[in-house]
Order: sequence, then structure tokens, then C-alpha cells
Amino acid sequence: MRKNYGPIYVAPIAFWLIAFLSVPLLITLSYSFMEKGLYGGVELKFSLAAYKSLLNTAVLKVLLNTIVIAVASTAIMVALALPTAYYIARSPVKNLLLMLIIIPFWTNFLIRIYAWIAILGSNGLLNSFLISTGLLDEHIQFLYNRYAIILVIIYTTIPFAIFPLYSTIEKFDFSLIEAAMDLGASKFRALWLVMIPNIRSGITTAILFTFIPTFGNFAVPQLVGGTDSWMLGNLIVRELNITRNWPLASSISVVLTSVTMIGVLFFMRSQSKKEL
Amino acid sequence: MKSSQVTIENVSKRFGDFVALNNTSLTISKGGFYSLLGPSGCGKTTLLRIIGGFEMPSEGAVYFDGVNVLPLPPNKRHVNTIFQSYALFPHLTVFENVAFPLRLKKVANAEIKRAVEENLALVKMETESKKYPRQLSGGQKQRIAIARALINQPQVLLLDEPLSALDAKLRQHMLLELDAIHDKVGITFIYVTHDQAEALSVSDQVCVLNKGQIQQIGTPAEIYESPANEFVARFIGETNYIRGKVVAVTDAENAVFESPEYGKFNIWLDKKVQLGSSVALTVRPEKIRIAPGKPSNLPPDVNVLRGTVEDMIYTGFQTKYFVRVNGAKEPLIVFRQHVQYFMDEKPINWKDEVSVWWDTKDSFMVEVN
Ligand SMILES: Nc1ncnc2c1ncn2[C@@H]1O[C@H](COP(=O)(O)OP(=O)(O)O)[C@@H](O)[C@H]1O
Ligand SMILES: [Mg+2]
Repeated sequence: MRKNYGPIYVAPIAFWLIAFLSVPLLITLSYSFMEKGLYGGVELKFSLAAYKSLLNTAVLKVLLNTIVIAVASTAIMVALALPTAYYIARSPVKNLLLMLIIIPFWTNFLIRIYAWIAILGSNGLLNSFLISTGLLDEHIQFLYNRYAIILVIIYTTIPFAIFPLYSTIEKFDFSLIEAAMDLGASKFRALWLVMIPNIRSGITTAILFTFIPTFGNFAVPQLVGGTDSWMLGNLIVRELNITRNWPLASSISVVLTSVTMIGVLFFMRSQSKKEL
Repeated sequence: MKSSQVTIENVSKRFGDFVALNNTSLTISKGGFYSLLGPSGCGKTTLLRIIGGFEMPSEGAVYFDGVNVLPLPPNKRHVNTIFQSYALFPHLTVFENVAFPLRLKKVANAEIKRAVEENLALVKMETESKKYPRQLSGGQKQRIAIARALINQPQVLLLDEPLSALDAKLRQHMLLELDAIHDKVGITFIYVTHDQAEALSVSDQVCVLNKGQIQQIGTPAEIYESPANEFVARFIGETNYIRGKVVAVTDAENAVFESPEYGKFNIWLDKKVQLGSSVALTVRPEKIRIAPGKPSNLPPDVNVLRGTVEDMIYTGFQTKYFVRVNGAKEPLIVFRQHVQYFMDEKPINWKDEVSVWWDTKDSFMVEVN
């Protein structure tokens, strides 16, 4: 009789998912329904206090800001990554170009954010350049606002949009574009009407891979954002480390995770329907 | 539908140092079925892409009804192409694939429906309009590609090895249907193929290409019966190719030819030739007769050679014999059709001594190359 080795194969990944995903999520979920401890931690008592305090305008403002930043960054990233990936896929030196996109990743994430502070800060490279060319009379603070956050998020996250788009465009049959042009389409319309629908899976992946890390981002707004451009991640960190309200931190995490999951599920559902 | 005359004038195409097409000129008449025939890599697709507007020639011009179309992009020329891979849009249904060119032109829905149905009927695919390309067989995809290419009412249809992905039986069938469609729509078809049987069976005119160079242009019968050179003779069908010299010109139509391998024999002068010039003869295998031993009552005006059967291939309706004449480098190929019941014929077996002969009018002179 043949042995069924399936369980043995999936055991490591199952263990990994249970220990580092399901259990932490369950802990977070249960903490969010407990009372806060005096110096952090929780009291083992059921309470909806955390969720009640979520419903104040300050938190909702942060939620809204997070959504705006995540949607805007994702849209810009996909819009920029699409022509980039197209260009790379059609280039005779595609491996070199892919390398150029990977190389910045060899530097630490935080250092790359600090590099932007050095560029955008009021005494930074951009200011010095604009003043030396006479375009500016006095220093401007480009940092600590929503736009700085979006810019740096795009810089750090856009490869996650470029790679899935590249791999689907690379597999795309470009004789279809010639066929569309043969049938009367301009190059641009041919790409829009024939290539885009046929690389939808890459676009979906690019959107998910950029939206999810952006929605949960906290390092970027922490370093280049201002107090009025906080994202949910910053709130969680504050409640966990400074205010020490663990149930509140957990409830925000639950909201963040749920919004992401619901969004992703709806998005994937709508995409798979179109696939027939 | 309206059709166009296509004129190719001194067109050359180079890719870097590589010459894909060399000084090509040809005229394709209105409404004809014109084939570009040649081995893989000879530049057929390149020529087709130049006509379609996907490639610019390095030199020369392309005219449709006397108008130079080189400045026009593909979507401004009245041509459509059937691609080797069909190039159906996988995300669209059969209906929408065929409707695609009309949607681009923002034609009204009712008119689109009418035109698509008419074109699907032309290729006998009216019942499949809701399917997606991946649900179709190769032959069905081919039909949809034809319907889609014809819906813009092009004046010229370009077909790049459209049948090469189909199996042999289906290929025959689709070829006949293409011919029928050509008759019905009446536009100029330019048909690229490496398959000589395809080209011979449906074309009005065939242009044989090799290494970017036109070898011969003619009707299928001209190409087959009187090939211009060794390449054409060998590429189209099977043939016997004999090198030699004209040693005597008997009269305006007859001469004596001497081959180092086969000795002297009489030939018919199908073209003018200088005494003493080196030429080659081709004789098609089906023009050569074969009989065992030394038959006594041969007709007049034949050339007779004697040899040994070196090999034979029985294929039912005929047998192919390889007959080695003493001292020849290659055996002669001879077809014997079994018009009588095979068992009743005088048998010819392996290693038999045989005579082969052909009418002096059945050989053709070709350039030596
Ligand atoms: N874009 C190109 N760049 C370089 N060489 C090419 C290109 N297109 C075709 N060729 C070369 O030109 C020759 C003729 O090609 P093609 O017209 O496709 O031949 P065919 O269709 O007769 O098989 C081939 O040797 C091919 O390698
Ligand atoms: Mg080809």
C-alpha cells in the first residue's frame, strides 16, 4: 500500500502558520476584548472598552488618512510600475534592468528612509539645490506631511509592483498587439485593449503586494510624516509603548487586519469573476 | 469586396549585415491567389510584414494600385493578416474577437451584430460565437482568425503559413475552404508557405524564394514542369538532376547532350542555348518509364538507360524505384503508377536489371547553380 506523505510535507508550513500567524492573531483578538492593565498588559476580564474608544474622531481620522495614503500610493505605484515593467520586459538588457531595481534592496530599509530625510529636509540636498539655483529664497520643509509619506512609500514599495507586472508582461504574447494593430488599433489602444486585460493577474498581484504593506506601514510615517499625517501603525505603536493601552492597540490591529482582509477578499472575488 | 493590385519594387531588407531580402520585385494581380513559397528562413515572412506595414524595407517601395503605401502604418493600409499563431484575443469571445475591428471604429451595435454573423457564417462558425478561443480546436481558431481578418473588408489578405499548425487531413480541408472563401470574397490573397503541395494546389501564381532571392515566378504548372534552376527543380517535388554539356545542336528544337555519368542523349531545346555550354537537365520521376530487362518495342524519340534497382518503396498507388546506372553518383528516381492491378504487372524486384526511358520532350534544361 502506498503511504500518504501529504501531512508530512505540509507539517512545517502548517506549524509555521499556526505558531506565527494564527496564534498571534488569536491573542491579539482576545486582548482586544479585555480590560487594560495598569502598566501595560491586560486584565483577564471581558470588556468592549477598547472598541468604544476606537469610535472617537481622532482614531477615525487616522483610519481615513491611512486609507487615503494606501489607496493613493497603490494607484501611483501601479501606474508607474506598468510602463516600467513593460519597458523592462521588452528590453534586450532586461536582466541588467531588473538588477538595478533589486540593488537598492541591499541597503537597510531604515537607511533608505533616512536618505530621503537627507534629501528632503529643510537643510537637505533638494533645498540646497533649489536655493543655489535661485529658484527658492528660503528653506522649505518638504518633510513631515502626507506627500512625503506617499513619496517614500512609493520609493520603498514599488518593486513589489514592478516584479509581478514584469513577469506577466514577459509571458504576454506580443503578436496579439500586432494583430490588434493589423485590425486597426493604434499602438496605445492595442496595449490598452489587448495587453491590459491579459495581464490582469499581474495587476491584481501588484495591487495586493503594494496595498497590504502600505496599509500597515508605520516606519515611514514615523520618520517622514507629521503628527497630523499619522497612520494606523503609528497609533498601535503609541498605544503599545507609550500609552500602554494594550487592548486598544489590539483592537486597532484587529481593525487593520480586518479592513485589509475584507478588501483583499472583495478584490480577489471581483477579479476571479471576470476571469469567467 | 474591392481588391488591390500589389506591386513590390526593388525591395531589399537587411537586419544588420544579414540580407533577408535582396532586390525583390513582383506584381500581384488584383484578386489573385498568390503564393510566396520557399524554405524556412528564406524571407517570406519578412516580405509579408513589409507589405503589411510591420517592417520597413531597407530599400524599394510597395504600391497598392499604384499608390506608395510605405508611409502608411498597418492600420491605414487596406490589408489584414492571418498570423501563423492565429493571434486570437484570449480574453474575448469568438463574437467579440470578430467584432474587435468594428468596435474600434465605433460601429453601431446592430451593424456589428449583422456583420459578425455574416462573417461567422462565411467560415461556418455561427454556432460558436459565445465560446472563448481556448475552447476551440486549431481548425476552428483558424476560421475565426479568417472571419476577423475579413470583417474590415480588406483589399488584400496576407496569410502567413496559416495551416502549418493543423494536422495533415485538416490542412487539406482548410486549404480547399480557403480557396472557396477566396472565390467568394474576391480579394487579393498573398499566401506564405514552405509547403510546395499547398502552394501548387490553390495558387494562380507562385513566387519561389530562396535566401532572400526570387528564384522563379510562374503558374504552378510552370514552376513544376519547367523549373528555372536547380533550386526550384529540387525544392518543388522530386526530380532527377543531370549535369552536362550541349555537344551538338541538331535543329532549332533538338540538341545532343552529353553527361559524364550517363553518356549522350537527345534533348528538346525548351530555351535557347549556346553550343558547348554547361547546362543541367531535370526529368521528373513520373515522366520516366521502367521495365525489366531490355524491352523490344520502345516508342521513338526516347532516351533509354540501363541500370539496377537499388531500392524500392511501395506506397500502394505507386512504387518508387531507385535505379543505379553504372558509374552514376546518384541513383535515378522513377515512379511507376499501378494503373493495372499490381499483381498482374510484370514484377520488378530488388537488384533486377531494368531499362528506364523518357520522351526527349519530357526533360527540361535548367541553369547550373
Ligand atoms: N527582426 C529580425 N532581426 C534579425 N533577423 C531577422 C529578423 N526577422 C527575420 N530575421 C531573419 O531573416 C531571415 C528571414 O526570416 P523570415 O522572413 O522570418 O523567414 P521565413 O518566413 O521565410 O521562414 C531569417 O534568417 C531570420 O533569422
Ligand atoms: Mg515565416
